Amino acid sequence: MATTTERGPATATSEPADQEIRRSTRTGPVLLTTLTWILAIGFFFPVLWMVLTAFKTEGDAQSSPPTFVFTPTFEQFATVFDAGIGPYLANSLGATVISTLLVLLLATPAAFALSMRPVEKTQDVLFFFISTKMLPVVAAIVPIYVVVNNVGLLDNIWTLIVLYTAMNLPIAVWMMRSFFLEVPSELLEAASMDGASLGRTLREVVLPIISPGIFATALICVIFSWNEFFFAVNLTSANAGTMPTFLVQFVTSQGLYFAQLSAAATLAALPVIIAGWVAQNKLVQGLSFGAVK
Amino acid sequence: MAEVVFDEASRIYTPGATPAVDKLSLTVNDGELVVLVGPSGSGKSTALRMLAGLEPIDQGHLRINGRDVVDVPSKDRDIAMVFQSYALYPSKSVRDNMAFPLKMRGMDKSEQSKRVNDAADILGLTEYLDRKPKALSGGQRQRVAMGRAIVREPQVFLMDEPLSNLDAKMRVQTRAQIAGLQNRLDVTTVYVTHDQVEAMTMGDRVAVLNHGKLQQYATPSELYDHPVNAFVAGFIGSPAMNLMDLRRANGAVTLGGTQVPLAREVADAAGSADTVTIGVRPEDLSIGGDGDGVKAVVDVVEELGSESYLYAHMAEHPDTTLVVRGPGRTKVRYGETIAVRVDPDAVHAFDASSGERLGS
Repeated sequence: MATTTERGPATATSEPADQEIRRSTRTGPVLLTTLTWILAIGFFFPVLWMVLTAFKTEGDAQSSPPTFVFTPTFEQFATVFDAGIGPYLANSLGATVISTLLVLLLATPAAFALSMRPVEKTQDVLFFFISTKMLPVVAAIVPIYVVVNNVGLLDNIWTLIVLYTAMNLPIAVWMMRSFFLEVPSELLEAASMDGASLGRTLREVVLPIISPGIFATALICVIFSWNEFFFAVNLTSANAGTMPTFLVQFVTSQGLYFAQLSAAATLAALPVIIAGWVAQNKLVQGLSFGAVK
Repeated sequence: MAEVVFDEASRIYTPGATPAVDKLSLTVNDGELVVLVGPSGSGKSTALRMLAGLEPIDQGHLRINGRDVVDVPSKDRDIAMVFQSYALYPSKSVRDNMAFPLKMRGMDKSEQSKRVNDAADILGLTEYLDRKPKALSGGQRQRVAMGRAIVREPQVFLMDEPLSNLDAKMRVQTRAQIAGLQNRLDVTTVYVTHDQVEAMTMGDRVAVLNHGKLQQYATPSELYDHPVNAFVAGFIGSPAMNLMDLRRANGAVTLGGTQVPLAREVADAAGSADTVTIGVRPEDLSIGGDGDGVKAVVDVVEELGSESYLYAHMAEHPDTTLVVRGPGRTKVRYGETIAVRVDPDAVHAFDASSGERLGS
């Protein structure tokens, strides 16, 4: 695409041929790079603004036009911690970690069976899994609320764990299946001829190959559960509230206390960013399955 | 040390359809290297996988050393296989790859490492033992796959096109290595390939398969000199044998205006059929110097240095093509008309409809 943009006029001049070609292909990549930068900054800017605002005083945060030069302060973070972030952070951590572990525990064997041992109805099963994501959550909230209320599990962290597990399971099965499909069947055959049981084959041969895939899946589950708001706000209050519900306390109808909200939001985003950073290496490996052949 | 017997063994994927392997019967003697060869879809790989225990045997029997293994899982058959893609475990080092089958059998550590070191020594892999497969070249990976099979000291080696992922030079080298290793270890080996040169050079005996059926099972020279049907005749040999359907009259066939006499037994076997399939190998055709013979026009000249192959069509029947072996550094050029002489003693004759060999 880039190389065809400016061919015509450049070839008509009398300069040496090799310089011609180099110059005519240069503008394309430059344009693309510029575009990439603009898009990247466009995506990143709100995050940057949030972090900057978190270190401002409320006065600086409200100033118009906005100031880039200011004296940073930890005042807002102190306020947020004083507001009792502890239990919310613990709830979020618990719901996210436990539900993600449950999802991996259930999705791995399911994805293995659906990719390595397909049967006639495998496609139907896969469709069933994904079809559970087609109904908007809001349409199901009333029956869910009634059930949860009747079993006495309102404002209980285990309710969120079960719901988050169910919510992420279909996506995890689909993702893991695509990773399992990358494992050549000859490897499994070789392992079975070498005398390995199914369990050992999975542990010693298959899992090391798909571990980047497991990391990627886990990261997606962590992000989704950590940021989940709708279930949390409807089914929990003081005991089992998670970070997103904590964050909501700082949203005022008058649009005041921007700096405080930014500090809370920064704290809420931090764990996910760290998780992404940790998984990054593994994710890159996940893109290069070439070692198999 | 083992003998492998396929006894009318069949693999039928879908009931009613043509079997992938149709009543295969053949015996591989102890210590023998047998090559299964055929075009794609011939059932050669399926036959090997039946022996490996990776495909069920739907009918018939399969015996390894007298024991019927139809219901025996592959890990208990005492066999080892080298896969086309090598199937090395990417997360394990070369050492762990080779030790894996031993570990799975609960062999003690010192014996494991002794066997791995011995195998690495034989295959020249000692300095690579701690590398991962992805840090090896294609040829080295192939040798690791061989090593993983050797350490087991199995009764039977199975090899599924082990050379097809190597480049041409490496293939020739490794071909000789495998044949040498097999001789040295003296282990019964079943080797699958689609390459008839591999089959001819490596096999003590070669089984030619087509459409799931065994066509001929013989030594390479027997296959070359006495193919039992037109398929084997055309499949074995490079360039392929010239096969032509010719009309017959008075105990001879006419090839481009030249009479080629048929042996009496061929004529007897042909009965009243008025057409027979005649097969002549390129080296049994020669270029007549004095214009005596079948007139043919040269389309392509392949010069190989020590010899040359001339691809030509007959002057009188442009649809009939011939491959003729000529001397090295031939003077013949594209478009020239040559006179081709047939050695009547080297003519193979086959039934025009069934393809079966006529005469001996």
